[in-house]
Amino acid sequence: MTAQVQQVQTKTGRLTAYKQDAADQININRRARPFDDFIRALLLLAGIVSILTTIGIVIVLGNETLLFIQQLTPEGEPAVTIGEFLATTEWQPVGYKFGIWPLLEATLMTSFVAILVALPLGLGAAIYLSEYATRQVRDTLKPILEILAGIPTVVYGYFAVTFMTPLLQAIGGDAVQFYNTLSAGLVMGIMILPTIASMSEDALSAVPRLLREASYGMGATKFETISKVILPAALSGILAALIVGISRAVGETMIVALAAGAGPNFTLPPNFLVGAETITGHIARISGGDLSYNSIDYNSLFSLGLALFVFTLLLNMLSRYISNRFREAYQ
Amino acid sequence: MVATAMQTGVAQTTAIEISHMKVYYGEKLAVDDVSLPILKNKITAFIGPSGCGKSTVLRGLNRMNDLIPGARVEGEILYHGRNLYAPNVDPVEVRRRIGMVFQKPNPFPKSIYDNIAYGPRLLGVKSKAMLDEIVEMSLKQAAIWDEVKNDFRTKSGLALSGGQQQRMCIARTIAVEPDVILMDEPCSALDPIATQKIEELMRELVANFTIVIVTHNMQQATRVSDYTAFYSIRKQETEVGKENRWGVLAEYAPTQQLFERPAKQETADYISGRFG
Ligand SMILES: Nc1ncnc2c1ncn2[C@@H]1O[C@H](COP(=O)(O)OP(=O)(O)OP(=O)(O)O)[C@@H](O)[C@H]1O
Ligand SMILES: [Mg+2]
Repeated sequence: MTAQVQQVQTKTGRLTAYKQDAADQININRRARPFDDFIRALLLLAGIVSILTTIGIVIVLGNETLLFIQQLTPEGEPAVTIGEFLATTEWQPVGYKFGIWPLLEATLMTSFVAILVALPLGLGAAIYLSEYATRQVRDTLKPILEILAGIPTVVYGYFAVTFMTPLLQAIGGDAVQFYNTLSAGLVMGIMILPTIASMSEDALSAVPRLLREASYGMGATKFETISKVILPAALSGILAALIVGISRAVGETMIVALAAGAGPNFTLPPNFLVGAETITGHIARISGGDLSYNSIDYNSLFSLGLALFVFTLLLNMLSRYISNRFREAYQ
Repeated sequence: MVATAMQTGVAQTTAIEISHMKVYYGEKLAVDDVSLPILKNKITAFIGPSGCGKSTVLRGLNRMNDLIPGARVEGEILYHGRNLYAPNVDPVEVRRRIGMVFQKPNPFPKSIYDNIAYGPRLLGVKSKAMLDEIVEMSLKQAAIWDEVKNDFRTKSGLALSGGQQQRMCIARTIAVEPDVILMDEPCSALDPIATQKIEELMRELVANFTIVIVTHNMQQATRVSDYTAFYSIRKQETEVGKENRWGVLAEYAPTQQLFERPAKQETADYISGRFG
């Protein structure tokens, strides 16, 4: 009965022409939708371009690295082997010593310090903003955080040299060299803090209200709700923030070039108070000078680039694994 | 069976006494001057048109409105002689005794076991044997045990059907053995069979718990509840074209009486579907 009523109401025939129906026959044949097809093609193109670019970068890096491995010394010996590259601790291109560890160690050290600063502070700030702050406070602080994330890194580099290093020297005395990985790492931590805070805050705020109410409704305290429900549910987003943070730290060049030091220096145990050169710092310094195309120095830079690429790739895979393993997907 | 106690004049124990309750959201009055008792080991139904403040009053009973910025409650809500809104009352402790089942099932993205054990663990239960027992008991009481007994330790609460999720949420609530269970349209997302299961469940639970249920379904109110509170909307024109709307308690009576011999015309109109 209701169906009939609806029929009477809708069958004014006014929209028949728009639906391309004939008076006595509906037309539900498949139609050409050129605009939809165009948009789909455009999006596909965007996807293909980004994938091709990545593939292109990998090919260039791989190719140059291959040339690097094949280089010979003037005596006709192989200049470097993969084993030497990965397992020795001296990087001296002049003496055909290409062990990545001094550079890699410096990269790991600065990144480690940076994450040590940025993760707890960033996550803390995110939890405060999303769970404790009033709306006004959040609406003021969040944009400020995002502005901080946009400060050019060279500014942070000078901040390290003119503020952090003198501060550390004032505290630590002569043990602290003018160039040191600690200062660079600390400032790098400050640099990535807003990114981690902002991304984690997004992940935390995205946890549905219903889930929080379920927890509070059971008589959970705020801290219990945050630690047992909200953080697990937001884990994959927080991990993503962490990975972006680490990737930025590993790839950061300006701060380390200015504050960490300008010469490879392998220390065991790691000494954070002396200068050392990171992978990126080295690439920046060497490629800044006059470098002849296809020289061994030139090729070696690409092998370093490939190493950085593989490193961040592994990191991404690891986080994906952790996230799939432990996260509590809420939808 | 409904309202027999009232008719025979046996004294009823009150679980919660709502007295002159007003709720504001920011400046806006949402519910004005609600007074009624929530009787112990009875089911009280809240009915009324959309937006009349049923959920608002319900959430006021275990201080869930505290979570909404700007929400404010006036009046007294007495529970064991204490005003729930007195400054020295801890809302966390209130919610451990007055539990809530929400309109939309909201399982944690954890295993069924961890969902049910969540509340007891909050209370400090650590013994695995005891948790096992609580989980099994609660799932049985919520009439969902048979459907999940094989995989409740590993299966995610989200992997259940909507009706199963809702029964699991009820199990989760009764696992902490609250005094009072507040249910906000617990069956609105469910099919008739799941609804019937939950209604039967409520009738069983009421032997041990006090239940308040918000429902839009008149039949459901008559089927399950002992007492019914009918809320209605009052309007006042503030300036031309603008009006204030707030909810009031229009009538409260034993369910059978309210539906068969409503005292007010607006109640009669609403329950016979002539509203608005
Ligand atoms: N979080 C909130 N912020 C502001 N106003 C709210 C909020 N929640 C509810 N209200 C207002 O309070 C009034 C009562 O809402 P409430 O949700 O209690 O109604 P209800 O009777 O449960 O309706 P329904 O049957 O549709 O669920 C409505 O006017 C609503 O707009
Ligand atoms: Mg409601």
